[in-house]
Amino acid sequence: MQIVNIVGAGLAGLSAAITLAKTGIKSRLISLQPSERAQSVLAEGGINAALDTMGEHDTPENHFADTLRGGVYLADPNAVENLTYHAPEVLRWLEKLGVPFNRTPEDIALRNFGGQKLKRTAYAKSSTGKIIMHALIDEARKCERSGLIDRMPHHEFLRLLTHEDTCIGVRVRDRYSGKLYDLHGTVLLCSGGMNGIFPGMTTGTTQNSGDVTATVFAQGVCLGNLEMLQYHPTTIGIAGKRCLVTEAARGEGGRLYIERSGEKYFFMEDKYPELGNLMPRDVVARTMYFIRREPDTGDQVYLDMTGLPENAWKNKLSDLRQELMHYLAIDPKKAPIPVQEGIHYFMGGMDTDEEHRTSLQHLYAAGECTCQYHGANRLGGNSMLGALYGGRRAAETILFDKPLDACQVQIVEGEEPLAEPASPAWIAQVSQILLGGLGIVRNEAQLTAALDALYALRPQNPREENRLHLAEAMLRSALERRESRGAHYREDYPEKQEAFRKMTLAEYNGSVRISFRALPERRHHADHN
Amino acid sequence: MQITIEVLRRENAESAPHWERFSCEADSSATVMTALIDRNAQLAAEGKPVIAYECSCLQKKCGACAMVVNGRPCLACDAKLLDVQKKGVILVEPLRKFPVIADLIVDRHILYENLKALHIWLESECIADGKQAELAYEASRCLQCGCCLEVCPNFCPGDTFFGMAAFVPTARLLSELPPSELGQLRRVYRKHIYEGCGKSLSCRNICPAGLDIDKLLVNSHAVAIWKRK
Ligand SMILES: Cc1cc2nc3c(=O)[nH]c(=O)nc-3n(C[C@H](O)[C@H](O)[C@H](O)COP(=O)(O)OP(=O)(O)OC[C@H]3O[C@@H](n4cnc5c(N)ncnc54)[C@H](O)[C@@H]3O)c2cc1C
Ligand code: SF4
Ligand code: SF4
Ligand code: FES
Repeated sequence: MQIVNIVGAGLAGLSAAITLAKTGIKSRLISLQPSERAQSVLAEGGINAALDTMGEHDTPENHFADTLRGGVYLADPNAVENLTYHAPEVLRWLEKLGVPFNRTPEDIALRNFGGQKLKRTAYAKSSTGKIIMHALIDEARKCERSGLIDRMPHHEFLRLLTHEDTCIGVRVRDRYSGKLYDLHGTVLLCSGGMNGIFPGMTTGTTQNSGDVTATVFAQGVCLGNLEMLQYHPTTIGIAGKRCLVTEAARGEGGRLYIERSGEKYFFMEDKYPELGNLMPRDVVARTMYFIRREPDTGDQVYLDMTGLPENAWKNKLSDLRQELMHYLAIDPKKAPIPVQEGIHYFMGGMDTDEEHRTSLQHLYAAGECTCQYHGANRLGGNSMLGALYGGRRAAETILFDKPLDACQVQIVEGEEPLAEPASPAWIAQVSQILLGGLGIVRNEAQLTAALDALYALRPQNPREENRLHLAEAMLRSALERRESRGAHYREDYPEKQEAFRKMTLAEYNGSVRISFRALPERRHHADHN
Repeated sequence: MQITIEVLRRENAESAPHWERFSCEADSSATVMTALIDRNAQLAAEGKPVIAYECSCLQKKCGACAMVVNGRPCLACDAKLLDVQKKGVILVEPLRKFPVIADLIVDRHILYENLKALHIWLESECIADGKQAELAYEASRCLQCGCCLEVCPNFCPGDTFFGMAAFVPTARLLSELPPSELGQLRRVYRKHIYEGCGKSLSCRNICPAGLDIDKLLVNSHAVAIWKRK
């Protein structure tokens, strides 16, 4: 019998499991906690598709071009084409699953989002991820009932099972019973971003510890574009984390300013008259970083939403307003709110081909754990799409390649060294070192200093060791990309270099190796229309 | 302010529970969850067993961290130490209606089992016209945290009555399905939700998502029981 082991039950994992179930292939949906608690439920502002419901003559080709440009041409154009041309279909599917998107009188409504001139982002107020996840979970329940999805909601991925360069399954630990299991069959990783590499510093969930990525890297799976960390321009500090203020706040008319000589200076509008506050995130975050350092400006950037129309608060951002009043005790309708850049998304991750195959046979990956689709900078609204479409595409590839004919479950007796977690103190130490090198603005001196500090650390268990390799690969990717592109800004190499329009590849085979790989050319695409 | 936190700990389901105390300095934003995170870093450094709990989003959006704080079920990441302390003390216990796995972790799988038993999914495609979007949106916000079940006088895991946590997701389907497809759902709704609820609405003020349960109930009863659709 064939069974696919899906690690991760967020948008990517659910989308893959549902796609497999449609063709009668069974999957195990393995996750640390149930889907209801995955990071995907946090997504707020919306999901992109050129549905063209707002009379602006939008097309998938525009979406394609914006995505590629937003990612500063570091994404695989053929993959991006697949993503953007299939986006309308993904949205219509969600509509059929009953996702209550905000609507115009006739159709799904779209809002403005960063890096895109046209309205292309579908939304359910500002809780879009939660609302989509709810519908997908219901759909997955239907497949569960027919025996095609086996939810394993309290199981931790420990490592891949491999046999001569082939992946044959996963080893997991039941967090409730402590028992270890070897689950055989094809593996699809949908394990999300690497928040836990920067505990307390990101907008995401504590569940995505980065251990899955660190472990598979140490097991030989190639990673890509690790230097590309997205700092979101508008976050606020709350207990234990950075809390996102969705880009929709600016999409609906919110404006960034800083005090200059006693006046409000709307710097984004001044510097970038065309897209203004809705420039891609890397540009906004970097502009904020530099503007604070100018001699005549204050050191706090504010987001001013006081001019938003009543309708925006009532029907589109009511939940955001509540959140801000709760955490800051400021009513954003009446007063600007102080905001700061915070780590939000990992463009880098597992390297896959256009069809979501990793470097290891029978191992696939989709969603935020991969480096697919977003290049050097992700556009807002493209990552839910990337996870949903990527999960589906990976499942289709698995069907095409044929899943391994294996499904055994073996109880593992004895010790598994990887069951022991990295210590919080160790994680914090590595995180501090990484932040020293991987800020919004980087340079060689900081990166080499960070690497030296990293090399001085002594890991105490295999997980700490794996995290060390991953951290080294992140820093060295940033060091060796001697140019500035998207989220990676080097003050010692402030220009973009055509010679570096290549993917950064990280491999581990006893030691970390960084190289660059040319991107494929775009194939002819007439067959989409 | 100096706060004393007492956590009801047990190594596993079989072991006897005991209270363990620690103190921490609370600023205006610190929550029960951040106190537990900091405490665990300390315990790990001392080589002592860390407190088992679940958390994920840290911003009251995922329901993972539901527990009982000073007698009241809530989300630990939403429980500010200064707000919930009583005379400088905070008691932290696992939810009581679910089997304990360890320390503050409980097994809430009954929540999902009940939704399966109710057949909470769409058999056919939803035809969206946006009329019911507001109700469907509200119903989709349920965190499956279980706080409502904790306070419900009528809910007991394994019984016929499934409680608010099952009702809310049902409300989405009732709002979206065409009347011709409501037959089965109406039957289970009556049996597992409508008939068991004493309408005390103890659950109303406890929902950490602030769901408008009254409004959802009125609409769902209208569709499922009074067949107004
Ligand atoms: C606050 C916030 C707002 C956002 N807003 C938007 C938005 O408006 N639009 C948009 O497009 N994107 C947005 N994003 C990004 C988007 O939500 C994510 O990129 C996307 O949801 C990722 O989906 P995923 O399925 O890849 O991973 P996730 O949803 O993160 O799921 C990861 C899964 O892996 C599991 N897992 C992790 N580690 C292990 C392990 N060791 N063992 C077993 N399982 C494991 C987890 O349990 C989880 O089930 C936002 C993100 C945040 C944090
Ligand atoms: S109204 Fe009362 S009986 Fe009904 S679900 Fe709420 S608490 Fe339980
Ligand atoms: S109704 Fe409210 S309290 Fe009950 S499970 Fe849903 S979110 Fe939690
Ligand atoms: S951790 Fe998500 S609700 Fe508390």
